[in-house]
Amino acid sequence: MTTTELAAPDPGPAAPGPTPSTTLSAAQAASASREDKARISRWLLSAPALVTITIFGILPLIIIVIYSFLKAAPYGGVVWSPSIEAYVSFLFQQDIFTEELVFSPDFLQIYLRSFIFAVGTTLLCLVLGFPTAYFMATRPPRQRNWWVLLITIPFWSNLLVRTLAIMFIIRDEGLLNNILIGLKIIDQPITILYTDFAIVLGLFYSFLPFMVLPLYASLEKLDFRLVEAGYDLYASRPKVLFRIIIPLSKPGIIAGCLLVFIPALGAYVTPLILGGGRHMMIGDLIAQQFGSGRNWPLGAAQALILMSAVLVALFFYVRATTGKVKHGQG
Amino acid sequence: MRAAKGVDLRSQFGFHTIAIVCLVVLYFPLLILIVFSINANDIVAVFSGVSTRWYEKAFYNEEFHNAARNTLIIAVSATIGSTIFATLAAVATTRVAPWRGQNAVYMVINLPLMVPEIITAVATLSFFALLGRTLGFNFGIGNIILAHLVFCIPFAYMPIRARLESMDLTLEGAAADLYATPFKAFWHVTLPLLMPGISSGAALAFIVSFDDFTITQLVAGPGQTTLPLYIWAMIRRPMTPEINAISTILLGISILFILISFWIAQRRKAG
Repeated sequence: MTTTELAAPDPGPAAPGPTPSTTLSAAQAASASREDKARISRWLLSAPALVTITIFGILPLIIIVIYSFLKAAPYGGVVWSPSIEAYVSFLFQQDIFTEELVFSPDFLQIYLRSFIFAVGTTLLCLVLGFPTAYFMATRPPRQRNWWVLLITIPFWSNLLVRTLAIMFIIRDEGLLNNILIGLKIIDQPITILYTDFAIVLGLFYSFLPFMVLPLYASLEKLDFRLVEAGYDLYASRPKVLFRIIIPLSKPGIIAGCLLVFIPALGAYVTPLILGGGRHMMIGDLIAQQFGSGRNWPLGAAQALILMSAVLVALFFYVRATTGKVKHGQG
Repeated sequence: MRAAKGVDLRSQFGFHTIAIVCLVVLYFPLLILIVFSINANDIVAVFSGVSTRWYEKAFYNEEFHNAARNTLIIAVSATIGSTIFATLAAVATTRVAPWRGQNAVYMVINLPLMVPEIITAVATLSFFALLGRTLGFNFGIGNIILAHLVFCIPFAYMPIRARLESMDLTLEGAAADLYATPFKAFWHVTLPLLMPGISSGAALAFIVSFDDFTITQLVAGPGQTTLPLYIWAMIRRPMTPEINAISTILLGISILFILISFWIAQRRKAG
């Protein structure tokens, strides 16, 4: 323990001094062999996790990259012959009579819809999640713990069950319509389920805790002396909010937005249950190609196009957070 | 002037109300789900009295039993496997001088969290289909366990790594000074100290495996129904409050594990 600490280069003193490697002593050889041993044991300890994720997590991703460049077999699966058919059919459809390729924006529209839904959900979560997180962060410590627990429970709860709970409320014969009819506000149930509104509502409900928790983590560390300083300089409350609090909590806002945007963009359960298969999003479009659509290469290509959208979002995240370090905030 | 007595400078107009609204929005649907699970009526939407009949019905339901058994086998196996793997990896990647490949290890372990679930699902489906067709490998329910293992590892890894990083090295140093072998020092000193992190990680791994729908749905073969898949099958049939009862049971188990994990984390902070 102590020998390795001594052997480690000391970054403190500026004077270089005599180099310690004048003679390759036995002690150094021993420490070198210990280093080797430590290195081997580190890799051995990491191996089970790495091997499992590589074989059953990364290899499958490589397989769908390959599948996206193959031809579809008639009953699901693939024919091993290279083709860019999947990517072509993402944008074009073959005319039945002339066999010409005609531009068909169907899939593109679903991607655009999903993107708009995901952005809308993110904004909705931010607008309601930020005040919630800020309120939590300004509670006394004991109360804070309770709030965190109350947000953590839905964060980890079963997404399917939570979506089902929303469905029970907004169904034609659900609670909301029953109450409205009971109060004689309406005589016919309003159709909410299986609409775009239902999907965005479900996404908002599903991912609101994903926004609140990172925002809270960031706001909890906020230096409130800066807020006080703002008031001392006669700033109004909105001004303090927009000029001090929000800029200081930017890392949390970015993290929260990403944690909502990425799962919302690839949402599968929500459109499946609340969209009823008619109002599709990317997630159920992909699943459909692997199910009833029986076009695995097309599904693989669609999945990769979604993945690249996610990578673009992650790229902006990394750029934004490293920028933060550069400006010395945090 | 602004700092008049009783005025909290930190408060912002309307934030209190929004926070309460969010809480109501998050809990009201769950509350309704639970209330209607003790509904005596056959119709989900009409409440006509308190009864435990739907829980009894679920209790004697063969399909529910099978689904519960499958879910437990998968979740327990995935939890044990991922917690052991995550603990070993956490020991290798924390509290040591940065080593070549350490960042690569982080990236690989966290990768399953960055890929949208539906992509993981179709990729894993393709992988096992290929494995089955070319090599004839099919592990049955083991396919689902392996798929779960992948996304459970990062969830188990996070709290274990956090615990290790906040742990004090002196005790292990003392053990080494007293001529304990590295294994003995790990077993008698590090592991007991690490236990809160391990239990917290195991609880999270159990929750994410227990609740998983998307990946399981695509990977599961016939007869490999889990509880979330069973609920999905029930949604597509004429619904009775039995679906509320089963959903409530699922919700109760998730919340139990969340509370365990939360409690451990709180005690850690206090201790």
